[in-house]
Amino acid sequence: MTMSSAKTTEKPRGAKLDLKVIGPIVALIVLILIGMSLNPNFLSYANITNVLARSAFIGIIAVGMTFVITAGGLDLSVGSMAAFVAGLMILTMNLLTDSMGIGVDVILIGIALSLVAGLIAGLVNGLLITKVGIEAFIVTLGTMGIYRSLITWLADGGTLSLGFEMRELYRPVYYGGIFGVTWPIIAFFVVALLGEIVMRHTAFGRHCAAIGSNEKVARYSAVSVLKVRLATYTLLGLLVGFAVVMYVPRLGSASSSTGLLWELEAIAAVIIGGTLLKGGFGRVWGTVVGVLILSLIGNILNLTDFVSPYLNGAIQGVVIILAVVLQRSRSTDR
Amino acid sequence: MGGAYAMTSPILALEGVSKSFGPIEILHSVDFALRPGEIHALIGENGAGKSTTMKIIAGYLDASGGKVTCDGAPATFTSSREAEARGIVMIHQEFNLAEHLGVDQNIFLGREIKKGWRLDHAAMRQKTQELLDQLNCRIDPSQPVSSLSVPDKQMVEIAKALSRDLRVLIMDEPTAVLTERECEILFQQVERLRDQGVAILYTSHKLSEVKRICDRVSVLRDGAMVKSGPVSEISEDEMATAMVGRELTDLYPAKAIPQDKILLEVENLSVPGKVDHASLHLRRGEVLGIGGLVGSGRTEFAEAIAGLRKRSGQVRLNGQELPADDVRAAMNAGLVYLTEDRKGAGLLLEKGLRENLTLPYLEQFGRPLIDRHSEEAALEKAIADFAIRVPSPDMLVGNLSGGNQQKLLLAKTLLNDPQVIIIDEPTRGIDIGTKQQIYDLIAKLAADGHAIIVISSEMPELIGLASRALVMHAGHVVGEVAGEEVTEQNIVRLAMGLTGHGEDAA
Repeated sequence: MTMSSAKTTEKPRGAKLDLKVIGPIVALIVLILIGMSLNPNFLSYANITNVLARSAFIGIIAVGMTFVITAGGLDLSVGSMAAFVAGLMILTMNLLTDSMGIGVDVILIGIALSLVAGLIAGLVNGLLITKVGIEAFIVTLGTMGIYRSLITWLADGGTLSLGFEMRELYRPVYYGGIFGVTWPIIAFFVVALLGEIVMRHTAFGRHCAAIGSNEKVARYSAVSVLKVRLATYTLLGLLVGFAVVMYVPRLGSASSSTGLLWELEAIAAVIIGGTLLKGGFGRVWGTVVGVLILSLIGNILNLTDFVSPYLNGAIQGVVIILAVVLQRSRSTDR
Repeated sequence: MGGAYAMTSPILALEGVSKSFGPIEILHSVDFALRPGEIHALIGENGAGKSTTMKIIAGYLDASGGKVTCDGAPATFTSSREAEARGIVMIHQEFNLAEHLGVDQNIFLGREIKKGWRLDHAAMRQKTQELLDQLNCRIDPSQPVSSLSVPDKQMVEIAKALSRDLRVLIMDEPTAVLTERECEILFQQVERLRDQGVAILYTSHKLSEVKRICDRVSVLRDGAMVKSGPVSEISEDEMATAMVGRELTDLYPAKAIPQDKILLEVENLSVPGKVDHASLHLRRGEVLGIGGLVGSGRTEFAEAIAGLRKRSGQVRLNGQELPADDVRAAMNAGLVYLTEDRKGAGLLLEKGLRENLTLPYLEQFGRPLIDRHSEEAALEKAIADFAIRVPSPDMLVGNLSGGNQQKLLLAKTLLNDPQVIIIDEPTRGIDIGTKQQIYDLIAKLAADGHAIIVISSEMPELIGLASRALVMHAGHVVGEVAGEEVTEQNIVRLAMGLTGHGEDAA
C-alpha cells in the first residue's frame, strides 16, 4: 500500500489528470466532427435545437442522478416515476378542466402537482433506503416496477391524453422560448449550472462525495450521512417532476411506454461523464457532456443511412462500456 | 539464538539495489541478505524505503539497478506469484484474505486440491487442520474468516504461507494491530519458523520487539542502508538514533499538572454487549490514559462518549449534558474523538488534504458557497503547525506516509480548538520521529488547559503520557492507577483481569 502509493506519487500526474478531465469532451468533439462530415444539416439550427430539447428530460434527471451516484447510491425508478407523475398530472389537469375550465391556473396546479409528486416519490425511495435500511438497488428496482404498473393501470393499458384545448395552451412550455432558445434547453442549462455549483462549491456537494468515498469517515466527521443521502434521492425526485413539467406539453400524453429506459440513459450519461459508479467523485458538467454524447449518437444515426437507427442502442451500449473501461484503467493499482 | 545458521549463505540477497519512480530515486544502492534460520529486522522511519525493499524482495516490484539473487543465482521475479512458487511469501499489513470464505478455502485459494474436476473439501480441510495444529492455533478450518479476530487472521496468513514450502517469510509490521499478549503468541510462532530454518524479514516500529525476537537488524534512512549488524551488538537507542539521524532526547515530554476544574464527567455509560456501566471524570490540563486489551471495550467507550454510538448513561461537558448518538452535538460542545482506524474511519484516502481537513467544519468555511481561499489558508496553517510533509499540496491523502496522515488527522480533529480530545492509538504504525512530535503536541495541549484522553495498546506510551490511567477489561473499568502507580506491571495485571473484577467497576 505504502509502496504503490509512492508509485502513483512519482508518476507525471499532469498528463494523466488532463486525459481524465478532457476525455468526455474529446469524445463529444469527435462525435460533432463525425456528424458534420456525414450530413451538412447536422449543425443546422433546427437540428441542434431538436437534439438539445430532446436531451433536456434525461439531462435534468441525470443532473439529480449525479448527486445520488456520487453519494454512493443508485436510482432505477426514475423512468417509471416520470411516467407515473406524467399520468397523474394529465389525469388531474383533465379533471380540473371539467370544473375550472381551460386556463393557466389549471396548468400551474398541474405543474405544482408534478413537482410535489416527484418530490414525494423521491422521498419515499430515500426513506426506504436510509431509515429502513434496504439497499438502493432493491428499493428502486421495486418502486420502478410499482410506478410502471401504476401508470399502465391508470391508463388502463392505453394512453392518457391531455384535452385538446389544454394541450394547445400548455404547448409553448416545450415549443416556445426566448431569443430562439426553447424553454427545455434553458431549463436544462439552468439546472445543470446550479447542479455544478452545488456539487463543487457547497457543503452538500462535498458531503455527497465524502459519503460516497467512505461513509464511515463521513460519519466520524459529523456529516449527517442519512440526511444527505435522503436529500439526494429527494432532489432527484423533484428533478424528475420538473422534467415531467417539460415533457407533458411535448406530446400531451403519457402511456405505459413513457420514460422507458430513461433510468439507464441517465445512469449511462452520469458514468460517461466521469462520475464514479461506486461513488466518491462526481461532476455535473461531465454528466451534461454524457447526455449530449448519447443524444448525438442517436441523432447521427437518424441523419445518415450509413448504420440503421435500430442499432442506436447497440452503439450507445458500446460507448457506455468503453467509458467504464477507461474509468477503470485510470483508477487501477491504488 | 539462531547462531548456528548465522553464517550460512543467504537464500535471498540484494546487492547494490536501487529503485526509482520516474526521475526520483528512492532506494540508493541497498545491500541486504536473508539467511535461513535468521530473523532479520528491517527498520526505518516512514518513507525510508522499507516497503519498497520488501516489495522488491517479494517480487511485487522490479529493482531499477543492482542485483537480486536467490540461492546465489540472479533472480528476476516477474510477479509475486513466481516468488511465492519459490517459497517467498509476504504477509501484508492489510491482510489478503477473502472475508466471506472459510479458513480452508482461503488457505487453498487459487491452488485448490481437486479430485478429478471436483474440489476435494475433505482433503483441504484436513490439511488446513494440520497447518493450524502446527501453529497451535485453535480455530475451526470451516469458520468464515470474517468471524475471526485480528490475531487469528494473522495466523491464517501464516498457515497460508506454510502451506507452500515456506523458505522466506516477509512480515510487514505484524504486531501493529496486536496487543502485547497476542504479540507473544505471534513471537512464539515466528521463533518456531526460524528454528525450522525459514528466513524471516521482520519490520516493526517497536524497537523493544526487534530487540526481543530478531537476530539481525538493518536500518534504512532516506533510502540508504545506514546500519546493519547483529541485534546483540546494537542497543535500542542506537537503532533509534540511526533511524532518525540525530540523537533522540527523552521520548516523552514532562507531564502537565492537571488543574482542579473537572471538565468531563461520564457516569454509568453502557453500550450493549461492549461497555458495562463505565464512568470517568477528566480535569482541565489532564492526560488520562485508558489501557486494556483490544476488545476490552475501550474504543467503544470512547466512541460512545463522543456520540458515535448508541448508549445509556450520562456524559456531561462543563456540566452540560451531551445527547447520545449525536457526534455533531459533541463536536459543537467541544469534545472530539480521533479514531484508531485512520484509513477506515479517519481520512478520505482518495481525496486531497484540503477536503479532508475541512470536512467536519465545512459550514465555517462559507455558506452557502465554500470559500476556497479560506480553506487553503487553513490547510497552509495546518501544514505549518503540524509539520506535515507534503511533496505537493494537491496530492491524495492515500499517498501520504502514515505519519503524515496521522498529523493531518490530528489537524482535522483539532481544527475547531476543542476542549476535550480523545485520541485512540495516537501513534499506531508511525515512526519514532513523528511519535515524538505527537507526544510533544499532546503535552502542549494539556499544558494549554485542554483535557485529553489517550487510549493505547502500547504500555510505554500510556505510562509516558498519562498522569492517571483507567484500565478496562471485558467492558468494565476494572481499575485506576495514578501518579507513581502508573506502571506497566499494574496496568497489565488489571488488563488481564487479575486484580479487581466487575464488582469494582461502578
